[in-house]
Amino acid sequence: MSFMKNLIHGTNFDADSLNALQKVTLRAVVMSFLFFGLVAIEGVIMRLVKTGPANPLPKMFSHPDHFFSIMTAHPIVGIFGSTYQLVFAAFMFLVPYLTKKPLYSVKLANAVWLLITIGTALAWFAAFLWHYAPLYTLYWPLPADVHQFETIGGIVFVVGVALIMIGTLGFIYNIYATIFQRVGVHANKTTKELLISGFGIDGMLNLINKLRGKEPYTKEPALSLPVVAIFRGTVDTFLDAIVILGAGILVLVYLVADLGGVQLDVHSIDALLYKNYFWWGLDLVADGLVLIYVAGSWYLLATLISGQKLFMENVARAALMLELLVSWMVWSHHLLSDQPQPEMMKLVSGEMVTAFELLTQGLALFITLVTLWKGRPLKMSMELKYLLGGLIGFGLAVPAGIIQADMGMNRVLHNTSWISFAHFHIALIVGLYMTLYSALYVLWPLVTNNTQMYSKKLSNTHFWMYLIGGLGMGSVLGFAGLEGALRRHLYVHGEFGPYMILGAIFGAMIFIAWAIFLYNIVMSIGLKGLVGIFMPAKDKSASYGIED
Amino acid sequence: MTFATSLELLKFHAVAYTIYALIIVSTVAWFGYNLTQKEKVKSIVRIPFYGYMAFLVAGGVGHHIFTYNAIPWVSEDITRHDVKPDQEVNITVANHKWQLPQLPIKIKAHTKVFFNVQSKDLIYGFGIFRKDGTMVTQMQVDPMHKNDLLWTFNECGVYDITSTEYSGPAQYNEEGDDLMLVKDAIVVEGCKGGAK
Repeated sequence: MSFMKNLIHGTNFDADSLNALQKVTLRAVVMSFLFFGLVAIEGVIMRLVKTGPANPLPKMFSHPDHFFSIMTAHPIVGIFGSTYQLVFAAFMFLVPYLTKKPLYSVKLANAVWLLITIGTALAWFAAFLWHYAPLYTLYWPLPADVHQFETIGGIVFVVGVALIMIGTLGFIYNIYATIFQRVGVHANKTTKELLISGFGIDGMLNLINKLRGKEPYTKEPALSLPVVAIFRGTVDTFLDAIVILGAGILVLVYLVADLGGVQLDVHSIDALLYKNYFWWGLDLVADGLVLIYVAGSWYLLATLISGQKLFMENVARAALMLELLVSWMVWSHHLLSDQPQPEMMKLVSGEMVTAFELLTQGLALFITLVTLWKGRPLKMSMELKYLLGGLIGFGLAVPAGIIQADMGMNRVLHNTSWISFAHFHIALIVGLYMTLYSALYVLWPLVTNNTQMYSKKLSNTHFWMYLIGGLGMGSVLGFAGLEGALRRHLYVHGEFGPYMILGAIFGAMIFIAWAIFLYNIVMSIGLKGLVGIFMPAKDKSASYGIED
Repeated sequence: MTFATSLELLKFHAVAYTIYALIIVSTVAWFGYNLTQKEKVKSIVRIPFYGYMAFLVAGGVGHHIFTYNAIPWVSEDITRHDVKPDQEVNITVANHKWQLPQLPIKIKAHTKVFFNVQSKDLIYGFGIFRKDGTMVTQMQVDPMHKNDLLWTFNECGVYDITSTEYSGPAQYNEEGDDLMLVKDAIVVEGCKGGAK
């Protein structure tokens, strides 16, 4: 097939054959990968600026206003515009697929990707046009500092983030409404039964009954394990959305008052209390829903790839409940360098409870590996490769974070690039995204009606470039943190030179890998197919794999 | 094992984490290779489930026990309000500017110094750095709160200070120079045995 023919028509993709559920899933996936490209470009720009005066970029990128605007937009675009969209798309397809029920509302699913896309774009424009740059942590009173930032920029930013959170609430409603629908296999289930299963209490009761030599509480749980993980993780997604919306309203009150000529006293809000509130909410993403969603995704992928039943399923169900409780109590590890923070909170929440994440994530890793092992020999498919990459990512990133969640280590690692690269960039880029790529390769035939991928060679090239780029950037810049490089600092004189140059090279590899991936996808579905995804579906079905 | 300085700790950490990273990457690679093999591989080591769990618990708890015993500033930090310092240094920060009691701040090595930093407006970070850029110590500086840090300098030398927390672009000038960087802000003298 010629290049032009592929570019326009793809391999064998037919957008008209897709139903409403498939189309809404693909729309969010497309937006997610476009935002990923933007975030990769932003990352490369920041990396190049830090290589020093010889960097090839125009001088404006090294200006502090511009640099920190990029740094503010970067996580909003990356976490919400890209990751949230991809995860929400996958789950809004998977929950109906796994429960064999239709999605509660396709209209709502469309509203979700639109709200998140518009919200992300607004937040990005606030940074780009008005240089609103309080960073994603929004440490009080910086977001309301009208001496450093234009008020209008702050208002647009907060409205953007609020739209993202409203979209998130839409996703949550859709997921729970689908799970609690009493149709199909759940026609005779009560809400109580679904709740017990959703929280994994049935798994825990099964374990207790086993220890007491009794019959299992249930042999057939109402919800499959991946759905339980989605159910559980979504609790954290909800709490996080409420916290971020609350912080947004606070900032908005101050900014709108300023616009009206009223100067409210920023110190009437306690900065440390706000920090506790904000980190409690934000940590529900980093240490809550991400880990729970990822564990659930690993379990699903391991069973699908190996064709085996999940190893120690009851333990896995119970562990997901434990992970949820742990995620509510770990936020103080972000405040180990805040001296007014009570020591007991640092010790209990910051150190001890946080260390539990080693246990819960280690357990998920173990169960996944054993499940895969039981199915051997396996073909080294793309989905298996990416899953193993994801396991490496979290295998490296979780201990890197646990090491820093210590009063001794935190004194010399807090706010260094150790935490941002050895921990959360490796967790996100390698751990989370490689898991998501694995899910994408598993779901691809289902969502696209068996569309053939354009090139396996390009898939492999993407895998290796992305893995090496992600691990390379994470480790090189993580080690720069050990040399004193700060994570939210502008270095323009070539400080930490070799680390920053290598970091930029590895960062560029991630961007090139994304471009290769995008090319492969476009050549698979074609530009006509890409447009077709955004056209209304002829088949209005909101389910996949079940008879109407 | 005790780490007298943060530099020693970070060097140890770099080596330990590198070894760990190589082990985890090569283990998953080995695992992935053997997943595709038809013949059964011989286990190098058989890991029982509960042994693995015990290892994780020991790792999580043991890490804190180890650092508490090996890093001197942990216990000092917890008990800092009961310790009588040898020297107190009071610093104020506002509008991205430090107000230091003197320049340079002179400190005698091996003595306990109590840094008391107060912010009048934003959240800053108080970080002390060696001349090669490596960090000696730091804390967050929360406005309207008491931010105190007890520290014992076991290395003589001249140190810089800057903010380790982002407090807006006003920390920098148009060219990107850090306006909160105070070079040669602290001088530590009198090391035992004339050591650096």
